[in-house]
Amino acid sequence: MSTTGSLPIPGAAPARRGSPRALGLAAGLLVLLAVLVLSLGLGAKQLGPAEVWHGLLDPDAPGYTVVHRMRLPRTLLGLLAGAALGLAGGVMQALTRNPLADPGLLGINAGASAAVATAVALLGVSSFTGYVWWALAGAALVSVLVYAVGGGRGATPARLALAGAALNATLYSYVSAVMLLDTASLDRMRFWTVGSLAGARTSTVLGILPFVAVGALLALGLARPLNALALGDDAARALGARPAAVRAAAIVAVTLLCGAATAACGPIVFVGLMVPHLVRALTGPDLRWLLPYCAVLAPVLLLGADVLGRVLGRPGELQVGIVTAVLGGPFFLYFARRGKARA
Amino acid sequence: MKTLRVARFSVRYRPRALAVCAAAVLVALGTGVLALGRGDYPIAPGEVVRTLFGGGSAAEDFVVNQLRLPRVATALLVGAALALAGALFQTLVRNPLGSPDILGFTQGAATGALLVVVAGGSSAALAGGAVAGGLATGVLIYALAWRGGVQGARLVLVGIGTAAILTGVNGYLLTRTQLMDAARAVLWLTGSLDGRGWDQARPLALALAVLVPLVLLVCGPALRALELGDDAASGLGVRPERLRVALLGAAVLLASLAAAAAGPVNFLALTAPQLARRITRAPGPNLAASMCTGAALLVTADFAAQHLFGERQLPVGVVTGVLGGGYLVWLLATQRRAGRL
Repeated sequence: MSTTGSLPIPGAAPARRGSPRALGLAAGLLVLLAVLVLSLGLGAKQLGPAEVWHGLLDPDAPGYTVVHRMRLPRTLLGLLAGAALGLAGGVMQALTRNPLADPGLLGINAGASAAVATAVALLGVSSFTGYVWWALAGAALVSVLVYAVGGGRGATPARLALAGAALNATLYSYVSAVMLLDTASLDRMRFWTVGSLAGARTSTVLGILPFVAVGALLALGLARPLNALALGDDAARALGARPAAVRAAAIVAVTLLCGAATAACGPIVFVGLMVPHLVRALTGPDLRWLLPYCAVLAPVLLLGADVLGRVLGRPGELQVGIVTAVLGGPFFLYFARRGKARA
Repeated sequence: MKTLRVARFSVRYRPRALAVCAAAVLVALGTGVLALGRGDYPIAPGEVVRTLFGGGSAAEDFVVNQLRLPRVATALLVGAALALAGALFQTLVRNPLGSPDILGFTQGAATGALLVVVAGGSSAALAGGAVAGGLATGVLIYALAWRGGVQGARLVLVGIGTAAILTGVNGYLLTRTQLMDAARAVLWLTGSLDGRGWDQARPLALALAVLVPLVLLVCGPALRALELGDDAASGLGVRPERLRVALLGAAVLLASLAAAAAGPVNFLALTAPQLARRITRAPGPNLAASMCTGAALLVTADFAAQHLFGERQLPVGVVTGVLGGGYLVWLLATQRRAGRL
């Protein structure tokens, strides 16, 4: 490097910033790995990292049953659902140009819940494979509705949040009505509506895998066109993106991700809000970095909250949806007070 | 706007708003009489009215005045209280969606009530828990939204955040109860007027008797000034922040007491003021018209919940929830088209 002070080349700057971001992503993956080990190890029976390792690989190891039967499905579910919610939040915030967009706050999870409640009460659906299609249908319906309301230029964060909250209230009053009319559904639904990873089965994990995978690929593929859309529709068109098609694809991605996550874990709020926010501070607004970071760090949050719930709630456990609500709520309040999201 | 003058005193009023209030009161009382007459022991409306004024037989007196009247009275009072609370919130927050059930106050009342259920308390304690929870949440939200004054948008966001946290807490509390208690709690959370007696109606009647004149006559004109903006209101001699605290306090109290009497009846606080505003076609908070509309709406919804579904009696909260949902979708659609949302 010469000391003559060369002029900064505009095109070179992102490439130079790119490598710290890649390093950051690698660091994020390491943190994720650590949380995965914690999630496999902590619980009624504590296992150290070495025991987790043996339990995973060696069928004769003492921890094999615990790890494979209970903690592995639960951990993998947290990984998938967390990534799904984080990506969905990132895409929604870009799509609505609204920093407060969150699939939980805007009612998409509630839409999935309402559909599942209908299926449970009217059709006696009780298996996950039954839930998932209903959840997707409900999520799709509300996504379209929220987008119709919040996609406009005049939509301020506070007003969009209000519309979402009102939608949430309607849908949950419907869910509680269903629970009321049928005690059997109440017993099943009251645990599901809290949001929990407990009781995860391998079949559930495999069940949501295709939906999350397709949704995640779609979301990541949309990073560049959504970036273009952030410049405005005309600029986006000039850059070769088709705004209507991009928006439609983004809604499909959000629906797949939220519907699958909600069907498997129940409605979980704030993960999709918090993670993209925190990540934006690390990566900047470029979705090509923001979305992969979300996919890595959202599971860290969700699994971390799940582990925390297992530690705090002893001898039972606190459901992960409660932990994220209690963790995420103050974050949201702080953010609201800061006035960044002023209407 | 017309002015009625009697000697030195004058009252300004809108004829249309007055007519709307009168019509709503008529609907409320008419439906009330119908509700009092219907049931396993049917009584003709004329007989009902005579019984109300002390004329009926002993049996009719028992059925009308002892069995059915408390429920109808509670419906009227809860409807009026929720609608007034909603009208105050919507005016202070400056948004047609800013009602206590959206902004966390109702959820707070529910948390208080659920804590009582978990602790195995009685129904009276449950009502107390609801009021305490609602008021505590009100103070909390106000404190959190305070930054050298409370501004509508910040109050909305803080309220929604608080509502989301409390929903999580409530869900948790629901998993901590026995199934029978959970059923009772969900019934309460939906909002129901079944089996309401004078014990529920009396505190609410008292609160309304004190708060309504205060809000309508003392704060009403100042509130109209506040709609012009804080600066203009200050210019007209109103102290905006003090007025907001007082009115928010009154609204939270009304919403909490209503929740204590009937559970958090969804959407009434949201829809009644909006409906009143549309029928009266008057700008401003429309406080009196909202109250009358709210009372008429709730007593009608409860009548429908009791008799429209055959043998199966639904809690009134289900009816208002469904009606409110439809209204909400319509509101979102029209407000968006008008570019106001």
